[in-house]
Formats: sequence, structure tokens, C-alpha cells
Amino acid sequence: MKVRVLVSFKESVLDPQGQAVKNALLTLGYDFIKDVRQGKVFEIEIDHISQKKIDQVIPEISHKVLSNPIIEKFDWEIIE
Amino acid sequence: MRFGIVVFPGSNCDYDTLYVLKDVLKQESFFLWHKDHDLKRADCIILPGGFSYGDYLRSGAIARFSPLMQEIKEFALSGGIVVGICNGFQVLLELGLLPGAMLRNKNLKFLCQYVHVRIENTETPFTNKGKLGQVLTIPIAHFDGNYYTDQNNLKKIKQNHQITLRYCNPDGSLSEKANVNGSMEQIAGLTNEKRNVLGMMPHPERASESLLGSCDGQIIFKSIINYLK
Repeated sequence: MKVRVLVSFKESVLDPQGQAVKNALLTLGYDFIKDVRQGKVFEIEIDHISQKKIDQVIPEISHKVLSNPIIEKFDWEIIE
Repeated sequence: MRFGIVVFPGSNCDYDTLYVLKDVLKQESFFLWHKDHDLKRADCIILPGGFSYGDYLRSGAIARFSPLMQEIKEFALSGGIVVGICNGFQVLLELGLLPGAMLRNKNLKFLCQYVHVRIENTETPFTNKGKLGQVLTIPIAHFDGNYYTDQNNLKKIKQNHQITLRYCNPDGSLSEKANVNGSMEQIAGLTNEKRNVLGMMPHPERASESLLGSCDGQIIFKSIINYLK
């Protein structure tokens, strides 16, 4: 099984790297771009475990390790 | 006094810190390997600068899970003196011993330069040999030093006088330009509520001999020695 976790900055936190990417895109003429937020993707391969266990353990490791809850939020999905 | 300097894979200011404490300030000082479970009866623990675990995941994020961190957390919670310098500050934030987090510098550049910082509170184990408002010249070298915390915590930090050092101009005044990395409230150094844990981005161990341009960093170490006496 494979799980994908997406970590990104909370809306309230300024993302200077996202801003730099946005400015680069605007410079290239993509003037319809309104905002860019940069984040991190983790693809985690796991043994087959129950849905209940996944629902418990993936948010747990995302909160404890993969993100810093002070500045970041996360989202996750099973991809395989 | 006994100073324990924690060594992680990727620490690179450990020898400088040991040199200043041992050879310049004549204190009993030694390294503590991050995989051990022994603080060797240290009176003060220093988490030195560097790039622990290559800054993978987030600065300081992996070092936080090193075996020795459990002992350091207990030591700090029971009132022990702990200092995190630069990457050490980032580890203390990840560990939750200090409030907040570090974002990338506002100009997205790695900053390696002398800065001026103002002492905001002298009633701490780390600044008691300084004067209120005194300006120190100490170098910084970091990518992620843009201090951030939510408004609730910021209010608490200010109420409890936890801000210890602020980025300032040479004359001690504050300005947007002097706040080189964009930190909230120009925070360069911060204690916990009990004031036994300090995190600071400037490197006092790089400013402890006049031959190297500044002795101002000695104020931090001499304050700790004075407090522990």
C-alpha cells in the first residue's frame, strides 16, 4: 500500500518560497496566476493494515514528525 | 562549572563552543554524543550550531528524536540550564521547549554576517552580566531564522519578558532593515517562561575573542557561569 501525505504552510503563515515562485511565473507572463503555496510531498509505502489503523496512524505521524503543526498543515490519501 | 556540548551528526560549531568554554573561559567542558543517555552531570547543556541531519525534513526536526533529547527535556523541565545556538535554537523549538517555529529568511538568502542585537532582559541566567539595552555585535549564519509564532503565544512571550535579544541598528534602535531575517518582534533570542532555557540565532562562540573581531559573545557565557556559581 502507498499513502501520500501533503504538507503545506497554514494560510496564516507567509510562504516566501511560494511568493518567489509566483513572482517568477508572473515574470514569464502567466499573469492569471493569483497565488502559489509551496509544500512537501511524502510517499509512504506501508504493509497492508486495516483502514481503521491507517486512519489513526497516518494523521499521527503527519502531526508528530512530517509537519510542524505550529506553521504547517497536512492532508493525506491512499494512492495505491 | 560543567558544560556539556551535544554533538549530532552535522553539528559544526561544537568544537568552537568547546574551545571558547574550555580554553578561553577555563571551564570544565565536554562533548555529549546524541545517541547516549548520559548528561555526565553537566550544569549547563549547549546545543551548538550546524546542520544536524543535514537539515532534512525541517531544521532541527530529526535531531529532536535523538536518544539524548529525552534526558535534555527532563533536565530542562526540572530547571536545568539549556542553551540552543542557531541550529540548537531550531532543535529547541521543534522539541517544544521554546514556543514558535522558524521560517526561511524573508529574503530567501542564507545570511552569514555580523549583526547587532539588543539585550531586552538582564534578569536571565544568560544576560545577567550585560546591561539593559546594551548592543552586542555577534555573527549569524543561517537560512531559517525568521521567527514565527501565533498571536496568542506572542502576547504571552511579551507579557513574560521572554524576548532576550532583538535585532537592532548599531545605536540600538529598531528598524525593518536591521531585522535581517524578518523575525516577528525582531526576535534574535528567546527564553522559556521559567527562563532556564535560551534559544538564540547569533553565534556567541564566534564572538568571544578580540582577535576574531568581537568579544561580545562572552557576555552570554560569563552570565551563565555567574548564575551557576
